[in-house]
Amino acid sequence: MSESTATAARGSTASTARPAAAGPSQGRRLLRPLLLVALLVVLLLLPLYVEEFWLRTGFAAFGAIVGAIGLNLLVGNTGQLSLAHAFFLAVGAVSYVYVSGEPGGLGVAELSGLGLPPVVGMIVGVLLAGLAGLVFSPLAARLRGIYLGVASLALVFIGVHVLNAWTSVTGGFNGRAAPEFALFGFTFASRDPELYVLGVPFRESERLWYLGLVLAIAAYLFARNLLRSRPGRALQTLRDSEVAASVMGVNVQGYKARIFLVSSMYAGLAGVMYALSIGSIAPESFGLEVSILYLAMIVLGGLGSVNGAVLGALFVSALPLVFQRYADVIPFVGGRGEGGLAAGEAARFLFGTAIVLVILFEPAGLAGIARRVTGRGRRRPGGRVTESAPDTSSRSTSPVPSEKPAQGSTT
Amino acid sequence: MTQFLSLLLNGISLGVLYALIAMGFVIIFKASEVVSFMHGSLLLLGAYSIARLSGPLGFFPAILVGMLITATAAFIVERLIINRLRGAPVISLAIVTIGVDIILLTELIRRLGSDILNVPHPWGGESFRIGNVGLSQNRLIAILVAAVLIALFFAAFKYSNWGIAMRASAEDGETAALMGIRQGQVSALAWVVAGVLAAVAALFLVGSPTPGVTPAAYAVALRAFPAAILGGLDSVGGALVGGLLIGIAEALAAGYQDQLLFLGRGFSAVVPFIVMIAVLLFRPSGLFGTRELTRV
Repeated sequence: MSESTATAARGSTASTARPAAAGPSQGRRLLRPLLLVALLVVLLLLPLYVEEFWLRTGFAAFGAIVGAIGLNLLVGNTGQLSLAHAFFLAVGAVSYVYVSGEPGGLGVAELSGLGLPPVVGMIVGVLLAGLAGLVFSPLAARLRGIYLGVASLALVFIGVHVLNAWTSVTGGFNGRAAPEFALFGFTFASRDPELYVLGVPFRESERLWYLGLVLAIAAYLFARNLLRSRPGRALQTLRDSEVAASVMGVNVQGYKARIFLVSSMYAGLAGVMYALSIGSIAPESFGLEVSILYLAMIVLGGLGSVNGAVLGALFVSALPLVFQRYADVIPFVGGRGEGGLAAGEAARFLFGTAIVLVILFEPAGLAGIARRVTGRGRRRPGGRVTESAPDTSSRSTSPVPSEKPAQGSTT
Repeated sequence: MTQFLSLLLNGISLGVLYALIAMGFVIIFKASEVVSFMHGSLLLLGAYSIARLSGPLGFFPAILVGMLITATAAFIVERLIINRLRGAPVISLAIVTIGVDIILLTELIRRLGSDILNVPHPWGGESFRIGNVGLSQNRLIAILVAAVLIALFFAAFKYSNWGIAMRASAEDGETAALMGIRQGQVSALAWVVAGVLAAVAALFLVGSPTPGVTPAAYAVALRAFPAAILGGLDSVGGALVGGLLIGIAEALAAGYQDQLLFLGRGFSAVVPFIVMIAVLLFRPSGLFGTRELTRV
């Protein structure tokens, strides 16, 4: 199956050279890399011009992008509904803080920490989150569709409980400060070495911006390549029909376990980035709400599309911050007690409404809208989640969308 | 021993309330193949309306109106959203209910603010004792009311036209439709019934020994999820058994928390989820759920 879908994909890319549109499509082919390069240059130069608020928001968004891409691989591409993302984020963040944090006292609590270099902490965080995913995967592999969604809910609650209870590692209810990141002696903080680029002081936010950018791009490229490769095809076949996948020789359990591993490693990295961006971790930062927000990101962006995950993450993570900052300018949004909505509330109303509208009217999400605007919609693109399975009467064993794999979404 | 009995009784009273909520999940799932993640906010809506209205209307009318409001909310969601997505994959249906849940919950929490609303139960906070075994009167009445409701529900499910129609459409939607059963009606009614059950559960859940209407009531509905899953998402009897199991496990963990202190304070809130995972490890479709067999 993976072979044949691969050919189909190649076929559909080739079909962009439609007979009548040969000319413009060639121009477009040149335009795309140019636009990408321009975007990259803008992202690289941004810290020289914009103020700290935007850089901090940007770093938070980069973290969310990494997490959303990971969740999208699991939910959008493999069809495994998971509400446990917050848990894996927590594993990553806590491991980082524990491994790189210094032991010491915080109020009454005695904190322990290994005090290893932050890079080690980050790597351990990612690996442990992956391990947690792997441990959960035997259970996950036995559950189908919605049972998995609800079972994964359990992890979030257990995670928050552990965060609250295991004070010596997590700091308990009040949380714990996250150590600054450093790479081979170069600290990502406002301290030494003092750094000026073109007369602009490079402090913590500027440095973190570049760190986030690099990590997000790496995460993006990895996901894109994964989806275009053989495992990626296998995962999408698995989403469309587990039976068909196993008949085609896809090792269903094996792939489910591996995608859980990859997805939770993404989550682990996102957790570390979250800890860095906030500067501390606390149990309330890893509750069910976080899982739901991540789900909102990938649904709004368009299930199954890496670009969509990026757009959705940007939207969902930046919007509350922007609302907060411009509360007095945006109508209906105001401080608490002024009769308006608080920024967080306004953002949540917007997400909720957006999720409902997207599922009802534009299942391919922001990515679908973008594709339609740029006129690249050759076929209704993938990530279609509300399309009905062709054979609903027979209680098809896979509760996940039964449609052609989402090649369109990965290009 | 008395402590154990008392905890057991408490567990049962909590369990029947979980069962009421879980039955809502189950009939919604049977009728429209939707796993409703918005049950928490429905529950909170019920509790909030009853608490707010019992001042101006009086207690018993407030209950009726509260049930009506919750049922109407569920009905509107079914008509406006779920009904349009008939035949969509389970995952996107679940996600859409999460969207509704975000909206409803945000609004309710905004209205609740930081103060605690109280439902003025006429039976107050006293407890009822047989020997040394005690139970709050609120929970005792909860057991009685829930028992009646559950019996009614089972009877309706078995004998009434609606119950038969519902079971037929759950068994095979297309054939049922061909036999003249209106799928839309069955599903709408299921949502209404689930809304009413949630409101009744809410009425008792916010009474003694729990303190008033707080956003914590939302988390209670989430703990009814394990009950539904444990029994099997498509089994009404399973929801009852699952609810009782979860309720008793939670009450026991709360009662013996001094002995369980090494697991951390507040461990009892996590117990339902741990029980669920343990059961799912051995029976992936729950205790009484239909096993999905795959034939090639």
